[in-house]
Amino acid sequence: MSAIEAAAPTRSAASVQRHETLHVLARSKTFLAGATIVGFWVLCAIFQARFFQDPNALSVHQLASPSGSHWFGTDRNGRDTFARVIAGARDILEIAPAATLLGTVLGTALGLVMGYFRGIVDDVLGRLVDAVLSLPVVIVALLAIVSVGPSKQTTILVVGFVFTPLIARTVRSAVLSERELEYVSAAQLRNERAPYILFAEILPNVLQPVIVEFTVRLGYAVFTVATLSFLGFGIPPPSPDWGVQVADHYGFLSGGFAVWPVLFPSLAIASLVIGVSLLADGIAQGFDG
Amino acid sequence: MREAISETAGEPPASAAALEVGELDVAYRVRGVNRQVLRSLSFTIAAGESYGLVGESGCGKSTAALAAVRYLPRNGRVLGGSVSIAGRDLLAMHGEELRRTRASDVSMVYQDPGRALNPSIQVGRQVAEVYEIAGAKGGEARAQAEQMLRKVQIADPGSVMRRYPHQLSGGMQQRIVIAMALASNPALLILDEPTTGLDATVEAEVLDLVATLRQEFSSSVLFISHNLGVISKMCDRVGVLYAGKLVEEGDAETVFNDPHHPYTVGLLRCLPRGGQRKDHGRLDTIPGFLPVPGADLPGCVFAERCAFADDRCRTEPPPPVDVGGGHTSRCWYHEKAQSLPRDTPSELPEVASPVTAGRPVLRAGAVSKTYRQAGSDVHALAGVTLEILAGETLGLVGESGSGKTTFARCLLGITAPDEGSTLELDDQPLAATTGKRSGEQVRAIQIVFQNPDSALNRRHTVRRIIGRALTKLAGLKGDAREQRLQELTRSVKLAERFLSVRPSSLSGGLKQRVAIARAFAGNPKLVVCDEPTSALDVSVQATILNLLADLQRDQQVSYLFISHDLGVVRYLSDRIAVLYLGRLMEVAAAEVVFAAPHHPYTEALLSAVPTIEGGDRPRIKLEGDIPSAADPPSGCVFHTRCPRRLGAICDEQEPPLAEVEPGHLLRCHIPIDDLRTMQSGSQPAPA
Amino acid sequence: MARFILRRLGLAVITLWLISVLVFCSIQLLPGNVGRSILGPLASPQAVAALNHKLGTDKPALTQYREWVTGVVKGDFGTSQKLQVPVRPQLTAALRHSFELALIAFLVVVPLSLIGGTIAALRVGTAVDRGITTAGLSLSAVPEFVTGVVLIAVLGIWLNVLPISAAWEPGAGPWTQFTHLLMPAIALSCVLFGYIARMARAGMVEALDSDYVRTAILKGLPHRTVIRRHAMRNALLPTITVIATQLGYLIGGLVVVEILFNYQGIGRLIYNAAQAHDVPMLEGGAIVVGGVYLLATLIADVLYSLLNPRIRHQAAE
Repeated sequence: MSAIEAAAPTRSAASVQRHETLHVLARSKTFLAGATIVGFWVLCAIFQARFFQDPNALSVHQLASPSGSHWFGTDRNGRDTFARVIAGARDILEIAPAATLLGTVLGTALGLVMGYFRGIVDDVLGRLVDAVLSLPVVIVALLAIVSVGPSKQTTILVVGFVFTPLIARTVRSAVLSERELEYVSAAQLRNERAPYILFAEILPNVLQPVIVEFTVRLGYAVFTVATLSFLGFGIPPPSPDWGVQVADHYGFLSGGFAVWPVLFPSLAIASLVIGVSLLADGIAQGFDG
Repeated sequence: MREAISETAGEPPASAAALEVGELDVAYRVRGVNRQVLRSLSFTIAAGESYGLVGESGCGKSTAALAAVRYLPRNGRVLGGSVSIAGRDLLAMHGEELRRTRASDVSMVYQDPGRALNPSIQVGRQVAEVYEIAGAKGGEARAQAEQMLRKVQIADPGSVMRRYPHQLSGGMQQRIVIAMALASNPALLILDEPTTGLDATVEAEVLDLVATLRQEFSSSVLFISHNLGVISKMCDRVGVLYAGKLVEEGDAETVFNDPHHPYTVGLLRCLPRGGQRKDHGRLDTIPGFLPVPGADLPGCVFAERCAFADDRCRTEPPPPVDVGGGHTSRCWYHEKAQSLPRDTPSELPEVASPVTAGRPVLRAGAVSKTYRQAGSDVHALAGVTLEILAGETLGLVGESGSGKTTFARCLLGITAPDEGSTLELDDQPLAATTGKRSGEQVRAIQIVFQNPDSALNRRHTVRRIIGRALTKLAGLKGDAREQRLQELTRSVKLAERFLSVRPSSLSGGLKQRVAIARAFAGNPKLVVCDEPTSALDVSVQATILNLLADLQRDQQVSYLFISHDLGVVRYLSDRIAVLYLGRLMEVAAAEVVFAAPHHPYTEALLSAVPTIEGGDRPRIKLEGDIPSAADPPSGCVFHTRCPRRLGAICDEQEPPLAEVEPGHLLRCHIPIDDLRTMQSGSQPAPA
Repeated sequence: MARFILRRLGLAVITLWLISVLVFCSIQLLPGNVGRSILGPLASPQAVAALNHKLGTDKPALTQYREWVTGVVKGDFGTSQKLQVPVRPQLTAALRHSFELALIAFLVVVPLSLIGGTIAALRVGTAVDRGITTAGLSLSAVPEFVTGVVLIAVLGIWLNVLPISAAWEPGAGPWTQFTHLLMPAIALSCVLFGYIARMARAGMVEALDSDYVRTAILKGLPHRTVIRRHAMRNALLPTITVIATQLGYLIGGLVVVEILFNYQGIGRLIYNAAQAHDVPMLEGGAIVVGGVYLLATLIADVLYSLLNPRIRHQAAE
C-alpha cells in the first residue's frame, strides 16, 4: 500500500498535474504519431482549394494508372484521384467532429442526469439507452436516414444522436461513483440546487473521462461516416468523399483492373482513423499518468 | 546445475537469523527519476524473534516487507544492499530457487485479506494449494488444509473450505490468509498491517491468534504497523522507520518507555494516552511534513522537523549509537532526546467555563432507520434516543455496522429516518431531509467527513470551497465574505497562500483544516465529526484534535464525534454513547464509560484496544462476528457474543435502556452492582 | 438463479418493446410519404393515395403500430412491399446465412484476440506488447469496407488465393463454401480483434497486478500455475461480456461486408430494404437484429454470473 503511495507522484507535485499531462503527451510516441497524421489531413482539408487542382475537373483518361500527370491515376469519370483523395478529407473532417461534439454534449448532459438522480429517471432513460444500443449504429443510422434522406446535416444529426446513449452510459458510470463522494453530500448540506451540483460540482470532475470518450468517439465517428458514405447514406456525390469514391469503384476491382481509385481513398480513410485512434489512446494514457 | 543449486540452498547454518537486511537501498522509478524510499536499511530478526517495524505512511514500511520477499512493484529497484532469509541471500537467487524459498521459508499476511484471496476460488482450495506445492496429493492436501483451519480457530472448517472469499467476514478472511501463510511452516512470517481496517474486537482476536500460533509454529515474525499499540503488544524488538531510514531500534518496551530519538519522542507525545483529556492540555505535535519520497536528505533524515537540529544534523548523517542493551538511536543528540521542547504549548487559554452545559441543542427521539435490501429489512438504527448538549462533545463509538454513520446522516438530513422518529434542534422540530429544513437549521448542523480527499471537490480552489459555503450558509457577499473568509482561514490555522490552490496540493492535515473551515462557515451549533482523523497520520491527528478542541472552546459548538479510536474519543468527549447493532448500549460521561462498571460490550471494546502501556489486564474475548442487522438476535442483541450472559432472560427479553446511576444509561439485564463486582478484577483501561 | 434469469429476461422484453417503438417511429413518423417514395415524384396524387391505402399507411399511426406489433408477436412480419412475398421466410434465410458468416468470424477472432491480449499482458511494456496493442488499435479503427477492399486487392487479386465473392456456385462443397466465407470473415474479425484483445490485455494486466496474484506468487506456486489458475480466470471473465456486446458491432459490420462480398445475409437484406423503402422488411430486419443482440447479451450475462461466484451467490440470495 505505502509502496504504491511512495511510487505515486507526491501530493504537492500534483498541482502541476496539468502541466505533466502535457509533458507526457509530448513524450508519448502514440500521441505524436496520431497528431502528425491527423494534422496532415487537417492541413489538406484547409488548403486543398488553394494548392491542389479541382477534384471535379475531368480529363479524357478514365481509370488511368498512376503517372506523372496523375500521381494516383484517375477514376471512372476521368477525375484525378490524387486531387480527390486530398479533397476528400474535407467533408469527413467537418462532419465527424461536429457529430461527436453533438453526441458528447447531449450524452454528457444525459449521463449526468441519469447518474445523479438514479431511481425512476435512470430506469426509464436507461431502458431507452439500452434499446438504442441494441441496434448496430449503422442500422440506426440507416433507419433514420431512410426517413429524411441523406445530407451532411442529416449525417451530423444522426451520428450525434446515435452516439448520445453511448457517451451517456460512460458519463453515467463516472457520475455514479462520483456522487458517492462526500463533497456532493457537503453541497447537499448547503442546500445547493441540483443544477449547481451537477454542473459546478460533479461535471468538472468527470471531464477527463468525457474528453477521453470524445476522442475515442471521434475515431468511431470517422469510421461511421465513412461507412455510411460507402453505403450511399452519408455524404451524397459528387463530393470527393473517400467512402463515396470506394463505393463508386469497388466494382472495378473484380476484373483486376483499376485498383487505384479504390486503394488510395481506402488508405486515406485507414490513415485518418488510425491517426485519430492513436491520438485518443495517447490522451487516455496521458490522463492515466 | 540443479544439484549445485540444491547444494547452496541446502541446510542453512543452524544459528542463522531468520531475516537479515543489510544496507538495503530501494528506489521507485517515477517518470524516469529514481526516488529512494529505503536508505541503507539494516536490521536483523533472530530465529524465533518477533520484530516490529513502525512508522507513518510513506516511511517505507511496506516496501521493506516486499523487499524481504523480493516482490517490489514493477517500478521498484534494489540499488544496493542484501536480504537474507534463513542465512541465504535472496537477491542472488535464481527463479526456481526463489520460488522454493517463498514456498517453504517465508510467508506473508497482507493488509487487505479480501483482496489477497482469489475471488473465484474456494478458500479451502487456496489453503490446500500450499500443501500441494509441498508435495501432498489432492485429498491429503485438503485434509491438511482442514486441519490448519482448525488451528486458526475456525469453528466449522469443512463448510468454510467450500466458501468463496466474499462470503466470509474480514476477520475470517484474515484467518484464512494466516492459515495459508503458516501452512508451509515458514521460518519467517511477515505481517503487513494485518489488522488495519478490521474492527477493534476482531483485531484483538486476530492478534491473539497470531500470538498463540507463534508459540506453536516457532516462526520468526516481522510485524509491520503504523499502530504503536499493536507493535508494542506483539513484538519483542522494534525498529522506528522514518523516511526510509531506521532512526531507532531496540527492545520494544525500552523504545516506547525510554525513547532516544526526537522522532520517537514526538510520535509518542502525539498520542492521547493515559486518559489524557482536552481540558488537561493540548497534545503535542511534530512540526512540518514528512519529506517527499526520494528527497535529497544529506544529513539526518529528521533534521528538517527537529527542534535540536543544527548544521551538523543537516549535513552529516548520524551513525547508529548504542545507548545500552542493543538499543540504538541515530541521533547526534540522543542523550537529550527526551527533553525535546514541545511544538505546541500545552497550556489552554483561560475561558469562561461553559455554563450552558445541560441545555440540549439537539434531541433525537426514537430515531430508527430501516433499509430494504435483497427482500429483507435491515434495521440500521432501532429507536435511538439521545440528547446533545450545547458546547459538549458526544462521542459515538461502536464497531462497523453499529449504525454510527447512519445516525449522523439522519441528524444531517442526508438520510431520512423512519416514520415516528423525531429530531429537534433548539426545541424546534427538524424536518427529515436537508431540503425541507430552514436555512437557519441547515447551517446549524454541519459535518467534517472522514476522508478529506473525497470531501473536498478536487477541481475547486480552497477559496472557492470555503467561499461557496460562506455564500450559501452565512449569506455573505463581496467584501463581507472576503473578510469572513480571512477570519475563518486564520481560525483553522491555514496559511493564506493556500487559498488559491486546489486540494490536491495540500497534505491530508491541511485538507482536513479546509473541511473544518467549511463546516464552520455558517457558525454551526452542532458539527458531526465522522472519524475526522482516521485517515491521518498520528502526528497530523494531534494537530486536528487540538484544532477541534480550540474551536469548541472559542465558539461553544457541540460535536458529535464518531471514532473507532477510543483514545481519541476519550481525549475529546465529554459524554460517550456506545452503539451496537443500531441500539444504544450505554450512555454516560466519558470517565464513567471508561471506568467500571460498564456494559459488557463496552468492557469488551475497551479491553480489545492494544496500548503501549502494556497488556497485563485480562482480555474480554467476544465470540464470533457482529450479527447481521437484517436478522438481529432475539432478546438482548448482544447476547450471542456477550461474555457475561446471565441466561435465558438475555436470549428472550430485550433489556431497557435504564438510568442506573445519575447520568449513566445502561441496556443490560445485569444489575449495576453485580456488574461492578464482576468487573472489579479488570481495572479501567488506560486507553 | 432462476429469478435472476427471469429478471434479465423481463428487462430484455421491455427493451425489445422499446426497440419496436423506436424502429416504428423513426420509419413512420418522420417526414416522408411511403407511397410517394415508392412511386417517385412523378406519380399522380391519386396513385399515391391508392398505394398508401393498399399498404395501410394511411391509417392512424397507433393503429398501424398495433397491427404491426401484433403480427410480429404472432410471428407474422407482413409482406414485403417490394418483393411482394412474406417477410418472415426471407428473414430466417438471411439470418441463417449471416449466422454462418458470424460464426466463422467468431471462431477466428475470439481465440486469436484472447491469446494476443494475454501475450501482450504477460509482456507488458515490451515491444511485443506495443506491437500487439498498436496493431489491435489500428485494426479496430479501420472500417470493414476498407479492410475488405484491401483484402480483395491483396488476397483476391494480386495473390489470387481466395475467391473475392462470398456467393458460391450452386452445389459447392462445404470446403468451397468455407473458402468463400473466409475473406468476409477476416474483414469482420479485424475490428473485433482490437476490441477483444484490448479488453483481454487490460483484464490480464489488472489480474497480474492484483493482490491475489501476489499471494499466489509468494506462496511459491510455479509461474504457469499462477497464470493459469489464478490470473486467467479472473482476467478473462469480463471479456465474455465484451464479446457479447461486440455482437452489435459485428451485425453493423455485416451490412458492409455482405454488400462488399455480395452475400445474402441479414445486413444486406436490411440495406436493400432501406434502399427500396421496403418498410415491412426494414422493420422486420431491425427488430430481429435487436432481438438477436439482446439474446446474446442475455446469454453473456448468465454465463458471466455462472462463472463468477460473487454474482452467482448474490443472484441466489
